[in-house]
Amino acid sequence: MLAVTSAPRIDAKKRAVLDARKRQFAKATWEAEAYPHRLNFYLTPPTGDIALEQFEEWAIARLKVLAELEACPFRNRSPAETEEYMKPVLEKYMRLSSNASRSSEVDAERKRDHYSHWTLRLAFSSTADLRQRFARLEAQLFRLRMQWDDARERRAFIDSLAMSWETVSEEEKAQWRTELKAATRVWGDEEESWFKVAWENVPELVERRQCLLKRGVAYVHVREQSSMVVNEFSRQLESGLELAARFLPRMDEDNRLSPILHHLSQSFVAPDAGYSESSSIGDITTPTAASVDGLSQHFPLCMQNLHRELRKNSHLKHYGRLQYTLFLKGIGLSLQECIVFWRKSFKLIADDKFKSEYLYNIRHSYGDVGGDANRRGRGYTPYSCQKLLTEAPPSSGQPHGCPYRTYAPDNLISLLQNVGVTDRQLLQGVREDVGKQRFHIACNRVFEHAHSGQIKKVKEESLWPASELDTILHPNTYFKRSFLLKNLGKVQAGDLGVDGPGTQRSGDVERMEM
Amino acid sequence: MPHAVSSSPEQDASANVEDSYMTDAPAAPAEEAEKASNTTDSQPLPTNGATSTLESMFDDDDDDDDDEFSSSAPTKPDEGSQDQPQAQPTSKPKYSSPDILRQFYQRLFPFRWLFQWLNHSATPQPDFQNREFAFVLPGGAYIRYQSFMTADLFRKQCIQMTPERFEVGPQYSVNPRDRKQLRKASAFKPIMKELVFDIDMTDYDPIRTCCSGAAICNKCWQFIIMAVKVVDAALREDFGFQHILWVYSGRRGAHAWISDKRAREMDDTKRRALANYLVLTMGNEQGKRAGIKRPLHPHLDRSLKILNPYFQDTVLADQDPWHSPERAEKLLQLLPDKGLTTALQKKWDSTPDRSSNQKWADIDTAAEAGNLTTLSAKQLVDAKQDIRLEYTYPRLDAEVSKKLNHLLKSPFVVHPGTGRVCVPIDTRTLEDFDPLTVPTVTDLLREIDEWDQNHGSMSDEERAKVQDWQKTSLKGYVEYFRGYVAGLLKEESKGSKRGREEEAQGGAESMEF
Repeated sequence: MLAVTSAPRIDAKKRAVLDARKRQFAKATWEAEAYPHRLNFYLTPPTGDIALEQFEEWAIARLKVLAELEACPFRNRSPAETEEYMKPVLEKYMRLSSNASRSSEVDAERKRDHYSHWTLRLAFSSTADLRQRFARLEAQLFRLRMQWDDARERRAFIDSLAMSWETVSEEEKAQWRTELKAATRVWGDEEESWFKVAWENVPELVERRQCLLKRGVAYVHVREQSSMVVNEFSRQLESGLELAARFLPRMDEDNRLSPILHHLSQSFVAPDAGYSESSSIGDITTPTAASVDGLSQHFPLCMQNLHRELRKNSHLKHYGRLQYTLFLKGIGLSLQECIVFWRKSFKLIADDKFKSEYLYNIRHSYGDVGGDANRRGRGYTPYSCQKLLTEAPPSSGQPHGCPYRTYAPDNLISLLQNVGVTDRQLLQGVREDVGKQRFHIACNRVFEHAHSGQIKKVKEESLWPASELDTILHPNTYFKRSFLLKNLGKVQAGDLGVDGPGTQRSGDVERMEM
Repeated sequence: MPHAVSSSPEQDASANVEDSYMTDAPAAPAEEAEKASNTTDSQPLPTNGATSTLESMFDDDDDDDDDEFSSSAPTKPDEGSQDQPQAQPTSKPKYSSPDILRQFYQRLFPFRWLFQWLNHSATPQPDFQNREFAFVLPGGAYIRYQSFMTADLFRKQCIQMTPERFEVGPQYSVNPRDRKQLRKASAFKPIMKELVFDIDMTDYDPIRTCCSGAAICNKCWQFIIMAVKVVDAALREDFGFQHILWVYSGRRGAHAWISDKRAREMDDTKRRALANYLVLTMGNEQGKRAGIKRPLHPHLDRSLKILNPYFQDTVLADQDPWHSPERAEKLLQLLPDKGLTTALQKKWDSTPDRSSNQKWADIDTAAEAGNLTTLSAKQLVDAKQDIRLEYTYPRLDAEVSKKLNHLLKSPFVVHPGTGRVCVPIDTRTLEDFDPLTVPTVTDLLREIDEWDQNHGSMSDEERAKVQDWQKTSLKGYVEYFRGYVAGLLKEESKGSKRGREEEAQGGAESMEF
């Protein structure tokens, strides 16, 4: 995994090659990369030279694909829909042509695929959490691609794997047919085709008695094959990532790569689904500490709830403060105004205490203080629904997180009624969504109900591109869309800045907006 | 050292023996090697002579089994070849007294072959050296993480500490005695152990009527025989294992040790998979079954074929599990058809003294008479098959098999409760194995004395060639074990020809053994 950089440099420094692993890579330098198959198990790290820009660009393209893939289940797409949705995305960012296409780009595409995988491997090996997510997504991507692969090429690829399976011959089939069918539960006209592997490779099938065993050889039905390949891919990748993690601290690096890698992993840590700077309304009107109360009618339930709690108790605990501050930052409240807002809100707290205990956190959230990385990144990004829905639920009595998820259904309904959502049918729908754990659907349902008139108008007059009415995945998107819809007449359609994912780069920090 | 421990002159004498050489070490190495290669050729057979001596031994050695297995049914004269127990009221010997155990370890325990069995080679290697042994001392203390560099050191410690029994664990990544010196505790992990199985009679309590708990008789030993046959067949035919050692556990069960390299190197996932492959979840209290799917998996199909004869003889005839009305209730619960069960209930209420055999036949009669309501005839066949499996299929203590680091009592140790030696069971003569005639440690010590008396005329030179275990009824078992281990070592040396650097050396040394 270090080969991207270290392999060419071994010679340059005339280092004594003692480590077996280094020797292995050093040798590989002279091997020409050949990609006979569209799919790749990524077992050998790339060893050729590439430009630093390519290193970054290819990885970013792959990251986009992975982020889209990760968002799919979250957007409640079924596997079939995911496949449908991912096709153009992959086509755009990570095209991989089949051998049959005779495209002249085949090798370049596969090289990109290979290199970008290894770059991300480096970037995402640092923490267990990242490794797990990366391995899961890569396996998903691999499965998708395998499904799309031409049947013959897939077979060729599977045959090329060192998985030592052997097809069961016709004679053997004839000899064991009844046993084979009974053991693998093949009914009626299902394909009568099996292969042999060492039973140790398929312990889960052995455990469930779903394969035939003969002297340590497992006879497995072909339908298990692709899942076995994907499992093997995951397994190899997971162990590869572990290995990479161990070597990461020892990476021989000259300060060109680590910022890129760090940056890549950062944008993966907080996948800012749908968030962009332009979700603030700073270009329309400047929110101030005093106007937050008025604007709070446009807040999604999670933020409205925090706002109400804050007003009720004149206090919020740490995580509530953090979530709310970031949201306010997202709607365009400046640091100064934000400090004013919190100072006024915490009216029971003395100035000294506020300064010593709360001020720093607010400034930190805005990137005004803290380490270099924090400041360059302008603090944290506002939390997305995904973040709110996936992080550990708050302990009891704390109002942060997503209320659709954290509240018991009855409490949730009464909370909704308190903020003015009273439609019986709507509440019933919310209850069903929450019961199915489709929390963001519930939230979108409330949104659509509240703005049904305006949405209809927008649709009828096609004022906004369709993407602007997509499912809401970020509290700040909720706010902005709500705000714009309510002020439909006052805002010119052209000023809408709610861009699609990944189309803008803001300032010096190239944060990936996905 | 034994010198320090021993007090009586007799023990001093034997301690001298112990210092000079291992008692089971061959007197004439060349001759021994020849013998070993003979047994390997026909492995895992002991020679014919050994088998016959083994049988003749059974004729006169069961003088104290009547008070040992108090609740066991009296053995029928036609069932075994053994004589009626002689009324010889020996005061109940304390099998785990240090004196007896010390003599046992000094004079009888086959350390050499136990070592080779666990070491897979004649020269000590990590397979043995990094292996955990756990000692259970007569006081009840349990000492884990013992390990030994050679068989001799192992033997010395056994003689010195006289453990009631000891258990064999896995080979670890480092010597278990050094585990605390490691900087990272995670570096100390088990890496290899024989695959083991434990079958215990207590798991059969719901279906056996003759005994319960710790007791055992020839009737319920049949269950162990059935289990051994089924598991042995699956291990050999399905998993391709060849080196399977079955060992009597000393009281009421059997252990299996599988020494194939492939089996030894399995991780926990594979062990669990294999164990669950063999385990069949039995119905719970309500008679609700965890659905055995049809068509039957070939393993279950084969098992059923093996077990069917036993169902007639052992279960229906000997155990008669549904004789009383309360027990017959259990059978009815297993039949998922209301019409059928009410018809049967009626019939059995009117003629209460029907045997299980008759009741089993009644099911079909009642079904043919048109009493089936919800079940089809095919489903009834399946339900009856399920019942057969429930009453015959092996009941493994699967947890033992699932973990690489599980300890299991070593073969050839003395069972502290019964005094019986945990001898290996030859599966080729499985039916003849009678747990009630397995020699106890006191029997064996007496046999040595008797042999010495009977061979008083032998010259000292001749006498020195005969080792103590050869004078006793342990001989057949030790010879079987030796043959088994020789077969294992032969296979191992084939495997190691390729990679091992010490191959030349090891080859030379293996000639000596």
